[in-house]
Amino acid sequence: MPSSLIEIVQYKTVKRWSTLPLLFNRNKKTPRLMVEPANEKSQHKRPSELLVYCTTAMSVNGFLGAVKHCSPFGKQCLWSLITPVNPASTWGPLIFIFAVSATKEAWDDYNRYLSDKKANEKEVWVVKQGIKKLIQSQDIRVGNIVWLRENDEVPCDLVLIGTSDPQGVCYVEGVIECPGPDKDIRRFDGNLRNETKLGMTRGIPEPKLTAVDAMIDKLTGAIFVFQIVVVIVLGTAGNVWKDTEARKVSLDLVKSLYAKFIDWDYEMIDPETDTPSHATNTAISEDLAQVEYILTDKTGTLTENRMIFRRCCIGGIFYGNETGDALKDVGLLNAITSGSPDVIRFLTVMAVCNTVIPAKSKAGAILYKAQSQDEEALVHAAAQLHMVLVNKNASILEIKFNGSVLQYEILETLEFTSDRKRMSVVVKDCHSGNISLLSKGADEAILPYAHAGQQTRTFVEAVEQYSQLGLRTLCLAWREVEEDEYQEWSLMFKEASSTLIDREWRIAEVCQRLEHDLKVLGVTAIEDRLQDGVPETIETLRKAGINFWMLTGDKQNTAIQIALSCNFISPEPKGQLLSIDGKTEDEVCRSLERVLLTMRITTSEPKDVAFVVDGWALEIALKHYRKAFTELAILSRTAICCRVTPSQKAQLVELLKSCDYRTLAIGDGGNDVRMIQKADIGVGISGREGLQAARAADYSIGSLSGTSLFNSVSLMAYNVFYTSIPVLVSTIDKDLSEGTVMQHPQILFYCQAGRLLNPSTFAGWFGRSLFHAIVAFVISIHVYAYEKSEMEEVSMVALSGCIWLQAFVVALETNSFTVFQHLAIWGNLVAFYIINWIFSAIPSSGMYTIMFRLCSQPSYWITMFLIVAAGMGPIVALKYFRYTYRASKINILQQAERMGGPILSLGTIEPQPRAIEKDVAPLSITQPRSRSPVYEPLLSDSPNTRRSFGSGTPFDFFQSPSRLSSIYSRNCKDN
Amino acid sequence: MNSNAASSSTANPDAAGSPDPPAPRRSSKRPKYSKFTQQELPACKPILTPKWVILTFLVVGIAFVPIGITSLLASRDVVEIVDRYETDCIPVANRTDKVAFIQSNASKTCTRQITVTKHMKRPVYVYYQLDNFYQNHRRYVKSRNDEQLKKRSKTSETSQCEPEDTTPDGKPIVPCGLIAWSLFNDTYTFSRNKRQLTVNKNGIAWKSDRDHKFGKEVFPSNFQNGTLIGGAHLDESIPLSKQEDLIVWMRTAALPTFRKLYGKIEVDLEENDIIDVILENNYNTYSFSGKKKLVLSTTSWLGGKNDFLGIAYLTVGGLCFFLALSFTIVYLVKPRRLGDPSYLSWNRNPGGH
Repeated sequence: MPSSLIEIVQYKTVKRWSTLPLLFNRNKKTPRLMVEPANEKSQHKRPSELLVYCTTAMSVNGFLGAVKHCSPFGKQCLWSLITPVNPASTWGPLIFIFAVSATKEAWDDYNRYLSDKKANEKEVWVVKQGIKKLIQSQDIRVGNIVWLRENDEVPCDLVLIGTSDPQGVCYVEGVIECPGPDKDIRRFDGNLRNETKLGMTRGIPEPKLTAVDAMIDKLTGAIFVFQIVVVIVLGTAGNVWKDTEARKVSLDLVKSLYAKFIDWDYEMIDPETDTPSHATNTAISEDLAQVEYILTDKTGTLTENRMIFRRCCIGGIFYGNETGDALKDVGLLNAITSGSPDVIRFLTVMAVCNTVIPAKSKAGAILYKAQSQDEEALVHAAAQLHMVLVNKNASILEIKFNGSVLQYEILETLEFTSDRKRMSVVVKDCHSGNISLLSKGADEAILPYAHAGQQTRTFVEAVEQYSQLGLRTLCLAWREVEEDEYQEWSLMFKEASSTLIDREWRIAEVCQRLEHDLKVLGVTAIEDRLQDGVPETIETLRKAGINFWMLTGDKQNTAIQIALSCNFISPEPKGQLLSIDGKTEDEVCRSLERVLLTMRITTSEPKDVAFVVDGWALEIALKHYRKAFTELAILSRTAICCRVTPSQKAQLVELLKSCDYRTLAIGDGGNDVRMIQKADIGVGISGREGLQAARAADYSIGSLSGTSLFNSVSLMAYNVFYTSIPVLVSTIDKDLSEGTVMQHPQILFYCQAGRLLNPSTFAGWFGRSLFHAIVAFVISIHVYAYEKSEMEEVSMVALSGCIWLQAFVVALETNSFTVFQHLAIWGNLVAFYIINWIFSAIPSSGMYTIMFRLCSQPSYWITMFLIVAAGMGPIVALKYFRYTYRASKINILQQAERMGGPILSLGTIEPQPRAIEKDVAPLSITQPRSRSPVYEPLLSDSPNTRRSFGSGTPFDFFQSPSRLSSIYSRNCKDN
Repeated sequence: MNSNAASSSTANPDAAGSPDPPAPRRSSKRPKYSKFTQQELPACKPILTPKWVILTFLVVGIAFVPIGITSLLASRDVVEIVDRYETDCIPVANRTDKVAFIQSNASKTCTRQITVTKHMKRPVYVYYQLDNFYQNHRRYVKSRNDEQLKKRSKTSETSQCEPEDTTPDGKPIVPCGLIAWSLFNDTYTFSRNKRQLTVNKNGIAWKSDRDHKFGKEVFPSNFQNGTLIGGAHLDESIPLSKQEDLIVWMRTAALPTFRKLYGKIEVDLEENDIIDVILENNYNTYSFSGKKKLVLSTTSWLGGKNDFLGIAYLTVGGLCFFLALSFTIVYLVKPRRLGDPSYLSWNRNPGGH
């Protein structure tokens, strides 16, 4: 069996997680036939539908006693005589609407079912009675023993029983907790009760309604009230509700089309993996343009979560500054070949001081298994600089350097903790027997412990320089340890390791006794590469008035650095970063008040003020000072929340939603699932950290490529304004080209407040349709009066008038005419006549000969022209006046675009070439040379020997029992 | 996300080599390209420039005024004589209780004199006009059975005809329903200079109705036999397809004021001719204060006398001229460059929103 095989044995499975508790995956055995009725039921919950339903019901029942026609006949309250219209014509459309809506939902559900089915039918090896059998993942039962190989997807919660690794270690990517079988088994046991990271972070997803839906619901309510008023006051029937229903139907279809366009869009395919984007929820695409807050995860979303060793400073000499890649630096290569002791020592620390496990692949190449991307990067870099970590067997570590094999015995590993911010190993050179301590850690955790004689100024400068470039820095140091010093210390360490109370603190104390008088070797700089186009995208989105919140489990300093490098916050003096911290309630309160005060003062200034808050302070703020924090959230356009738990992420989303803001959450990891579900719009990135987020999300994108998300989707969504007239083809109407919107991202700001569909816009449309209804009706009854006043004819004249008007209204509101628009508008008109001619030719139909009769009358055509002119004249005049003299921002851009005038007022926003790939220098242009005291040097917390793999903070408790209770209770509160 | 916990077991296949290997290309996932799915269809994007808007209004104005004038002239050419008679045909003594009079058995014959104001070219159409008569009442409109009217076999088909569906002893009424029951039954006889003017009552109903809606073999039966008499009686020997007054009446009007064709006088009427009308005032409009009018009218290519179209066309045309003019003036006085990005608020006030 190759060494890369991992065997996980499971004794217990917990219910397969599913992020979408929808029909199909809630119970995978649900028969397909269940869809329709269940759907119909859930559809009914939407107030809009209910109101349509009620309105219809009212139209059937509500006319009783309200109609006051002067009638020469006796009163007779026979039910069938009371409705003004045939029941079929009332219920027909209603049933049709439900059918269309339900079909759409069923289609959505079906697609979810397909993707769930795919997950459920994945084949897994299960060991039964000693024989390995291939079964579908849905058939895994509690008690089964699952055999997984490297890179297999973990199909359910598993308990690790054994691995092929000699140390019994297995590395699990992403989301499932899997500590070694040694010490924390109890806690893991408890964890299995659905308290895995996913279990905890998963909330109950709420049905998502878009702003448009919500608005339609409200407006439907308004129409409902209006109709009651009409019924009571006027007592005459109107077929108003029919229009409402028609609009709802076409909106539903329009939404599906929008979603499809997202799937189809070429510009939203990740060129690297060719994964296309996918819209899971077809109902909310039009909300994309109304987003005001974007909450984003950091690693894997803004950054690629792919660390690369870029520069280093060894013994005061900078490598990699010219080329941007230390691995290609001639000076460094020469130093290695000439055997400079400092450099060799430096490389040794890089290769040895870590928890990376080398493994040989079948082809003979060495693969590294690392929990931390930073460590992996360092080991890779060392390997490329000829210091290859070859093997790690129990406590013996083999390194190949220039053909010779060096062996070290690892005596002790001084684990990384977030308080110590460094890790060390005590190793014994098997060749010489010398014991040495190798350390790496954050500058502030290493440099103060340098031995008295060493000048650390150059290292401080190096750290400063690197962190300004957005690189993560680590300081490497070592010292020799005498045999008896080690023995003495070792006893203390063992004692500390076995204490039960305050173990972490005591270990830290003991470690400190060894970690002093260090000889600082140098500084490494690792790049956590930003995703392509992230700074440009964020810049554009911020210009569009979208507020950005970065929610990360990362540390404050790291988060700030990343935020700086991706234009998230502006550097001084343009920007100001305020920090909310404190360990106690009082401290947090004071800090919060101070920040709020500053924020209030600076809101009037054109200054970018952002605040930073860590998870602990956030917890207190959310619990005790919710009001103040909410105010802060509204005032601040940018916020960085560090060390936040998944449930806090979701809480923040809820906080913003409670202030009636439209939120969009982006994330890739399992710990973003809950946030994505809570947000109005969730975007999951099907990137490297697994697919959980993508499954929970409404939109999954190949990889964040915000620019394309921006132009294509928002444009389509934006057009919903024009789809108030129920014409499906309006989906392919473009009011502005992508180019124009990219140059004027602020235009989206205009969409944000839902300005394009709000009560006043709706009132405008409503007024217009009322006007048109009056025009068509009044003209029809006056022209077709007296001897022409025949019911069928008059109604057909009025109806044709409406159709003509509608065609012209749609034409007027359409921005770009493609074949489809012409077909839809004029084809619709022609179709109207053709269909009516056909009906007029059927003797048994009520309107036999009517259309032929009308079409042969000059007065009919003259009436049509009159209706169109009288109906459209004022509309065109008003539109022209507003377009020219009260032009909206969109109009101006349209004009500019069509006139071919200069619209490059903001300069082109071409994606900058990927800066760091070639050289870091271009990035530094946008960075400040002088840093404010608020910006602390970047802390890299890469070293880490933990065996838990949660990418969020809640799982710190595996290593740090002292924090367990607090974090645990935090999560309990949230759940 | 916490990078130190951020995990990765994905060691690169070429571990000792480059740290970022190129991802394999899987172009199969790419949706098929078409101009439609990429929203790149060729499009024409018209905008409302002053030139186009002013020109449009001008053209509409130029087109509408002549049409308006023509329509108005056509309407003015039509000669129309309206004689309202529902009060005058009640003897003065009975005017306090008109309903009682109309329901009594007293003679309802009444003579009217009409002076022809202008030469009326034949055919002269004779209409009766009812005001305040809601033939569009929803219960009234539905109170008929088209199957019964058309087919002899469906004689007993009286659904929807309540309350005039069957006689008390259960025999079906043909034609059933309130519309037929309330058939107008005033009659007019015209004479000029003591010589009778023939009123042609053939072909007053739509041919399509006579041929396809009312059966040739359907004869009235049990009609108007109840205690409550609505309107005219029908000759039971004449099939429905020949009962043109009924067919005309059954074409319900959309508005409470309507005219229905009574017949055609197929001779010219000269100016100042005195027409004597002998009128049987049978129809009860008094219980709902309905007016009754006798109308003699010629016709034009636009129909009867109706100034609405002409006036509306002239008004709309005039307004178009006015708008074109005022837009031109505003354009000349206060020109405004279209699509000037300087009007964008964010360009005027950087940083502001």
